[in-house]
Amino acid sequence: MAAHLKKRVYEEFSQVVQIPQEEAPAKKLRLSKPSKSAALHIDLCKATNSTDALQYLLQFARKPVEVESVEGVIRILLEHYYKETDNSVRLKIASLLGLLSKTQGFRPDCIVDDAINTLNNEKSHQVLAQLLDTLLVIGTQLPESPTVRQRLIEMACKHLSDSYFGVRNKCLKLLGCLGTVDAPLTKDNEGLGTSLGLCRGVRDVQSIISDYFGDQDPRVRTAAIKAMLQLHERGMKIHEIIYNQACRLLTDDYEQVRSAAVQMVWVLSQLYPESIVPIPSSNEEIRLVDDVFGKISHMVSDGSWMVRVQAAKTLGSILQVSPHFLEQTLDKKLMSDLRRKRTAHERAKELFTSGEFSSGRKWADDAPKEKLDTNTVYLIASGACGAFVHGLEDEMFEVRIAAVEALSQLARSSPSFAEKCLDFLVDMFNDEIEEVRLQSIHVLREISTHITLREDQLDTVLAVLEDSSRDIREALHELICYTNVSTKECIQLALLELLKNLNKYPTDRNSVWKCLKFLGSRHPTLVLPLVPELLSTHPYFDTPEPDMDDPAYIAVLVLVFNAAKSCPTMPALFSDHTFRHYAYLRDSLSHLVPPLRLPGNGLDLVDSRCSSGSVESAQLFLQQSLNRVSTIQNLEAPGAQDLLNFTIRDLRRLGELQTELAGAADFCATYLRCQLLLMKALQEKLWNMAVPLCLKQNVTATAAAQQILEETYKLEFLYSGLESRQVATIHHVRLQAKALQLVLTARTRQGLDPLISSCEKFLQDIESFQRLFLAELPHLQDSFVDKLLELMPRLSSCKPVETVKILQTTLRQSGLLQLRLPEQIHRATATIIEPTGESDNPLKFTTGLVVALDIDATLEHVQDPQNIVKVQVLYPDGQSHMIHPKPGDFRKPGPNRHRLITQVYLSHTAWTEPSQIEVRLLLAYSSSSTSLSSASPASKLGWSDSIDSLPQPEAAVEGTIPFSKPVKVYIMPKPARR
Amino acid sequence: MPEIKVTPLGAGQDVGRSCILVSIGGKNIMLDCGMHMGYNDDRRFPDFSYITQNGRLTEFLDCVIISHFHLDHCGALPFMSEMVGYDGPIYMTHPTKAICPILLEDFRKITVDKKGETNFFTSQMIKDCMKKVVPLNLHQTVQVDDELEIKAYYAGHVLGAAMVHIKVGLESVVYTGDYNMTPDRHLGAAWIDKCRPDVLISESTYATTIRDSKRCRERDFLKKVHESIERGGKVLIPVFALGRAQELCILLETFWERMNLKAPIYFSTGLTEKANHYYKLFITWTNQKIRKTFVQRNMFEFKHIKPFDRSYADNPGPMVVFATPGMLHAGQSLQIFKKWAGHEKNMVIMPGYCVQGTIGHKILNGQRKLEMEGRATVRILFQLDVKLQVEYMSFSAHADAKGIMQLIRMAEPRNMLLVHGEAVKMEFLKGKIEQEFNCHMPANGETVTVTTNPSVPVDISLNLLKREMALGGTLPDPKKPRTMHGTLIMKENSLKLVSSEQALKELGLNEHQLRFTCRVPLQDPHSDPDTLHGIYLHLKSVLKGYTIQHLPDGTVMVESIVIKVSSSAEDPNTKVLLLSWSYQVKYFHLLKKG
Repeated sequence: MAAHLKKRVYEEFSQVVQIPQEEAPAKKLRLSKPSKSAALHIDLCKATNSTDALQYLLQFARKPVEVESVEGVIRILLEHYYKETDNSVRLKIASLLGLLSKTQGFRPDCIVDDAINTLNNEKSHQVLAQLLDTLLVIGTQLPESPTVRQRLIEMACKHLSDSYFGVRNKCLKLLGCLGTVDAPLTKDNEGLGTSLGLCRGVRDVQSIISDYFGDQDPRVRTAAIKAMLQLHERGMKIHEIIYNQACRLLTDDYEQVRSAAVQMVWVLSQLYPESIVPIPSSNEEIRLVDDVFGKISHMVSDGSWMVRVQAAKTLGSILQVSPHFLEQTLDKKLMSDLRRKRTAHERAKELFTSGEFSSGRKWADDAPKEKLDTNTVYLIASGACGAFVHGLEDEMFEVRIAAVEALSQLARSSPSFAEKCLDFLVDMFNDEIEEVRLQSIHVLREISTHITLREDQLDTVLAVLEDSSRDIREALHELICYTNVSTKECIQLALLELLKNLNKYPTDRNSVWKCLKFLGSRHPTLVLPLVPELLSTHPYFDTPEPDMDDPAYIAVLVLVFNAAKSCPTMPALFSDHTFRHYAYLRDSLSHLVPPLRLPGNGLDLVDSRCSSGSVESAQLFLQQSLNRVSTIQNLEAPGAQDLLNFTIRDLRRLGELQTELAGAADFCATYLRCQLLLMKALQEKLWNMAVPLCLKQNVTATAAAQQILEETYKLEFLYSGLESRQVATIHHVRLQAKALQLVLTARTRQGLDPLISSCEKFLQDIESFQRLFLAELPHLQDSFVDKLLELMPRLSSCKPVETVKILQTTLRQSGLLQLRLPEQIHRATATIIEPTGESDNPLKFTTGLVVALDIDATLEHVQDPQNIVKVQVLYPDGQSHMIHPKPGDFRKPGPNRHRLITQVYLSHTAWTEPSQIEVRLLLAYSSSSTSLSSASPASKLGWSDSIDSLPQPEAAVEGTIPFSKPVKVYIMPKPARR
Repeated sequence: MPEIKVTPLGAGQDVGRSCILVSIGGKNIMLDCGMHMGYNDDRRFPDFSYITQNGRLTEFLDCVIISHFHLDHCGALPFMSEMVGYDGPIYMTHPTKAICPILLEDFRKITVDKKGETNFFTSQMIKDCMKKVVPLNLHQTVQVDDELEIKAYYAGHVLGAAMVHIKVGLESVVYTGDYNMTPDRHLGAAWIDKCRPDVLISESTYATTIRDSKRCRERDFLKKVHESIERGGKVLIPVFALGRAQELCILLETFWERMNLKAPIYFSTGLTEKANHYYKLFITWTNQKIRKTFVQRNMFEFKHIKPFDRSYADNPGPMVVFATPGMLHAGQSLQIFKKWAGHEKNMVIMPGYCVQGTIGHKILNGQRKLEMEGRATVRILFQLDVKLQVEYMSFSAHADAKGIMQLIRMAEPRNMLLVHGEAVKMEFLKGKIEQEFNCHMPANGETVTVTTNPSVPVDISLNLLKREMALGGTLPDPKKPRTMHGTLIMKENSLKLVSSEQALKELGLNEHQLRFTCRVPLQDPHSDPDTLHGIYLHLKSVLKGYTIQHLPDGTVMVESIVIKVSSSAEDPNTKVLLLSWSYQVKYFHLLKKG
């Protein structure tokens, strides 16, 4: 709520911001300064009538003005302002004054006097309003000058009595934005006060504003409330006395007033939750926050849907409300024939608890039991009763979503309420708008830690599993992962429905398995009695061995094995083939099947050790491997290569086994591979040979250098969570690779000219490295760069041949830079779910026309996928297309996860045979912007703006990294029929 | 005091044959003109002889307004306009105008062709009647004549249902017709602005019920249908042709779409198909979801719902069939029921109320053996074992007590009047409402008179207003009344407030001066001029800041008060002070001081 308010405030201030300085280089800027204001002056003088003048001003407003000339321009404008008789021209001038005052770097205090002066002489109401707006801009530009502020406030107070609503509006806005937070208004201007129309005695801004809560114009009333909210935003404590006034505004005739009043009342409830207010027409008293809750609940059935949305949203943020009131929101006080009737939910619950299932015979079932004292049923002043019942069945889906969100917020803070609102959320699964359904599933997941589902509720939840929307099903799987159920029947039911789901939508396989994994590990004791049935074992007879490739059987096994993890008695019930299947699944689906302590099994030892603190031990192993590698000081040490080779292999395997560490392990492995390649390249015999002899060997070394470069780009852009230190390390390797390339070029190619330029380029690279990673240089002691920087003065002066020599020796002497692991490294991955690449039917289309191919992929750990993820289509003839999906095609189902659902258009000339094309996802990168942004991630835009002024450090290397497995699609373009 | 009179001819403490007469500001309006389902004799139609014994109604009624197309709200319309005789305008919304004749024709067919009644309106009469209809748009103010204006608001309930705001001068009445405050799958919720009518005439079908969330009911319904289909059973849903049927169709259609179900859904043809066509057309009258998505796909163009053919009932495999009529008393729904009743996998869902005596009512009450008439020419009674499941689901589109209250809060009326409901239940709600408003619940033929206290608007001349503004200074404060001088002129039915000068000019009258005089005896030995001079000096010293003049003709002027001194003949010492002032003068207190 507060964030919402704040956002609105920011919006108001961010209208037109012109940043003129980047328009022209400095030299030109000085030239244009006199011409600009002069031109305006001449133009305005030329103008014979008001329309012309207006045209000139409009044209003028389109161009930005430099800081230096702002004041001059303002003077000219003011001069014309005094002369001008036409209202519209004066209005435009006034608005231009405000616009100009916003120019960055310009301090508008010099024009305050003039502006106030014009204000005093102005007759037209519209112009007055615009001038006050200008004053507001000036005031916000000068936040640290109390005298200006004081004067502006006085002006506002003076014009508050204007008969035109616009003027009053602006005055109130000004008061809200500038009204002094600490001092009461009239304290320090008692002398001036009387003459300036501020003779209301000692009054502060708040009471002046609250006078206008009763204004005759609804717009002014709204402005008054907004000004008050603005004061609150700025940290002023709103007095409690306005509470009654604010409450009265809740029943205003105009929706904008009501909407603002809801906010106002909410603010008061947050400020004074515990103060006591009387209930009208009775002598009871309640807490203010409860009173507000009741009143806002009432607004959920308002006539205007904007107000309803506002009210429903607000309800969610009143967390201090008493539970008694909270629970009323779910109860509409059912009455039938003057008797209290139980709700359908209550009846369902009762049926369930009595152990009898619904016979479905509900006709005349609502025969009421208790007679209700009719006098105790209040209808109009029913307060919070059923607010959410109304909100959830509202006509507008905006209101429903707001209500669902509010429910979730309230439920998270109150477990008992969570229990109660469950039925209502489950009902929302049936909404007509998918967005609402999805939202309610998410909400239920969020609060599901508080609740245990009853069988009938689970039944309703599970019914949604058949939904044809993939998003809904996946959200539901997520929900089931977190759900607690009460009985073994529930488990059975869930399993059954999930298997049905699996059968109907085979693509959900992974999601369903994952879901069962959690279900099993959460309810081991409930699964236990089901095991014989699930595995279809029989006490006497051997049952046939199920098919190991059947996804449904795997699903059952995943459930059972996960339950068995914390239930040691379970494995006794397994039959022989189950153990075999366990071993197989443990290996092939290690992320789904946990290590088990199985009796008489060789795996026992390994697994049990592994299972004790699996992640920690893996982490430890990773660290140890790295430490071991770091002992290689000299690259030529015997066995160093072997060690690296082994370590890389170990790390790769570790990544496969421990999904949590996959990113880190992969990262290290790739890094070490770079080192290994470098090492190999340097150990080639060619270095000892004479130049002309080694042309052939050069090829491998050049390829290695090229490969290292590629790998470094992968390291930099494919992994998220890198710190600047790692980026420096990566760049360091890249620098080494470049050095290697340079040395190799020097050896192969004759002629100095190309060498000179490449040497210069390399030196530039070093400089830019130094500039970028200045902070990291201390960590790079004794490294290649460190040495180079020491030698820098010599390098920059000596000849290229010498440079190459120095490089060669430093390169060979430099040791392995130890890699420090950051907290979390994740590798960006993508899986193309659709197309599956299994279809044998070619996609046929007429040549020259296009065919749309649906693509569905999940992306993990990709930041900003809208800009960097691309789809590549590779045709058999080597032709390739790159397609940039629309931003709207990306969805975010969870943190660090994105889903790409898009269509790719294919076209080709005629083929005689159907053939396969390849589709894959690429990650686009551009080294210039990204490397810089990694150094200062805060302001990407700012960088790209200012980078122009800096000398370009290195030519921006742009490229793409494939990060998904390619999928083959069978297509067949047919020749067009004539 | 002006009065508003309301007389229900039907629907007073009753449901059926809604017909309410309203006299407001000298205009007579008939609200709805319905028939009663329960009767087959004269009581079927409202008693129009209440209006006039013989002759046509045209001269007694200014207009007729029909709220929606249900027969209990429009069934008597051709009878009234063609057989009794009424030629004035009939107002209804566009969808009502489109669908109403279909229903009337159907009603006529059943009564005349099937039951063989004579002396009933003919098809031609329906056509002639519809020619008199003037269509209404939502929120459009229609001027019936110079003084009477009506405005329609959305009422939910069924497609095209409207509430009307009737206004004559400053008096106004709102008639709700049937309305629904909770949106359903195809219609939105009723809405009215804060029009503050003198009388709000509201239906009160569910006066004593506060319904719980309808989502629960919907979910139950879908679950039951789904389960039955999965078992391979057939589901029969008897419905009335219009209204709920469409809601249930949409509900099932979207469910089928969502759940990717393949079992066929059938809708018995005939009347409904024609009506469905209109549902497709009047998209603006539906709810948010349908309105927003109709560009991609019109929700009433059902993908899964196909027209039913009699032979389909014997097809194997699961299916859902909507069939008319809703109470299983005759027609297609009964035929299908007979075919399917014997199998326990099948199911019948009754979505509405069933009248006593119908098969629907019997099976809902748990009767498992039914006596049936054979279809042969010879009457053979045979027994039908009901094995299929019987479910009841209430899908009703009337406002509940809370909805009625919500509407009251929206409109803020001064008086309430309840119609279209059972007397006992009305009584209860009336008790509740009377804590806050005047509430009436007239029976049929009983007249309720509501006195109104309309405020009278007066034109004020701009000059006068400006002068007053200049005097008063600050803005007019709505909370504080302010007095001003002016003349009220009543001329040709209009009221005008002008300044007195202008009034004199307009009326051609001369201005008369009114002066008050007073004599004050004074003991003073001086001569007359001296006394006067003494007074002059005295006043001058006492009343500082006022203009005091000593005029040469022997008078003293204090502002506009004239003071003269004359001595009496007998006693020269006794002087008489003559004071004279005009009636506007307020300075009298000054003299007292003097």
